[in-house]
Amino acid sequence: MTKEKFDAIVVGAGMSGNAAAYTMASRGLKVLQLERGEYPGSKNVQGAILYANMLETIIPDFRDDAPLERHLIEQRFWLMDDTSHTGVHYRSDDFNEPTPNRYTIIRAQFDKWFSRKVREAGATVLCETTATELVLDGGGKVIGVRTDRAGDPIHAEVVVLAEGVNGLLGTRAGFRKVPKPEAVALAVKEMHFLPEEVIGERFGLTGDQGCVIEAAGTISRGMAGLGFLYTNKESVSLGFGCLVSDFAATMESPYTLLDAFKDHPSIRPLLAGSEVKEYAAHLIPEGGYKAIPQLFGNGWVVVGDAGQLNNAVHREGSNLAMTSGRIAGEAISIIKSQGCPMGPENLSLYKAMLDKSFVVKDLKKYKDMPALLHTNSRNFFLTYPQLLSKAAQNFVRVDGTPKIEKEKATTAAFVKARSRWGLFSDAVRLALAWR
Amino acid sequence: MTAPFVRIEDRLYQNRYLVDAGRPHIKVRPHQSPSANLLALTRICPAQCYEVNENGQVEVTADGCMECGTCRVLCEANGDIDWSYPRGGFGVLFKFG
Repeated sequence: MTKEKFDAIVVGAGMSGNAAAYTMASRGLKVLQLERGEYPGSKNVQGAILYANMLETIIPDFRDDAPLERHLIEQRFWLMDDTSHTGVHYRSDDFNEPTPNRYTIIRAQFDKWFSRKVREAGATVLCETTATELVLDGGGKVIGVRTDRAGDPIHAEVVVLAEGVNGLLGTRAGFRKVPKPEAVALAVKEMHFLPEEVIGERFGLTGDQGCVIEAAGTISRGMAGLGFLYTNKESVSLGFGCLVSDFAATMESPYTLLDAFKDHPSIRPLLAGSEVKEYAAHLIPEGGYKAIPQLFGNGWVVVGDAGQLNNAVHREGSNLAMTSGRIAGEAISIIKSQGCPMGPENLSLYKAMLDKSFVVKDLKKYKDMPALLHTNSRNFFLTYPQLLSKAAQNFVRVDGTPKIEKEKATTAAFVKARSRWGLFSDAVRLALAWR
Repeated sequence: MTAPFVRIEDRLYQNRYLVDAGRPHIKVRPHQSPSANLLALTRICPAQCYEVNENGQVEVTADGCMECGTCRVLCEANGDIDWSYPRGGFGVLFKFG
């Protein structure tokens, strides 16, 4: 098989790689996909939430047979201090629609399904194969990849680098840099198993309805970080992540923080009696728009997490990955159908199409957010959650103190912690970064 | 309030691994005293693969590695470690992921 020449080689069988391989194969291109895991999904880690619209664009009838866990009808955002949470809950019966908008999924199972679709579309998928190096011709054009299997390099007109946040090939070839510690979060996750009806009772869900909790606050001990709890059919995905630079500066252990999160009085009762069946860790690209590397070159494109295409503010990753993979696949198919070479002048079509999509537009909107949260993490993740909890408790607890004194105490606490100028400047900078 | 301490060995025991015996995918460069980032790995590696030995040097045992890349992000650029992925099929095999 190594003697064959492919139209495209896709490195990686995650969301972006599967979307790219599916798109190209279903348009008649001869596609080889390489996956280092035993099966597609065996190396992939995500929370995980699937946004239906982006998959629907690729596979319209995915609901017929994709392994989906629960469709989400409720979202909770919690700001936590050590003993409390102040929350915004959004629950709507509108989400009980015939074609639901968001689902929880289990990546190892979902990716296997997606890979089956890729094969059915006609691509060749080679698992247990680690791509080790890109092969370039004398003119610097990528003409194939070397793998850890014996034999000659495999050749193709274009290589799609869907190799994930920690991809080797593109960085070894010098096309992009290894992400900086402040541009990636390290997340750890446990799978807690509980009977289906127990999950339903604890979260007020019936049938395949699901609920999501995302939490920030003192649980990250002043670091920029987030905890999450996603309900699956018979399990709960529970995770916690902070920027790698913050972990390195504080020397906190991720699993210690995960344990503390699990033991928080607001989380503990939701997990009581569960059986943990897996512990996983993964990096999440958090650098945003300013961290996006060069996305195309001579004979190559990069898609998904490898291209830092992740919206940390909205916690959207896999839909950006899927969409960038689809768009890369479409661009390559167009270039191929015109009989044009896969050089940078033509592959720039991918970038042009991506710029017009929500992927780049959304990332551009929040281009200043990573820097703000990074430089202000103690205020946003430690000081304000504590102040907010105190204010809420002050508001709720009835103890004979006149309300005017309570209000004054709350205001004084905010001013004391951040000063009037500090509060004003935090608010303005947050508003500007959000705009 | 103290968190229930779960030993890292017990956590990793839940996971499935196919260890490529004798071919570790991460190597620590020989050193006299570890850099700050290398030392940080003994605390922040989520699989606790890095430990300080009795001579004060940092060692790696990559068997429980979840291939997240944190050590690469922190320590590859200054040459503290040599980092690759395991050979195809080897390493961690997530059942759920």
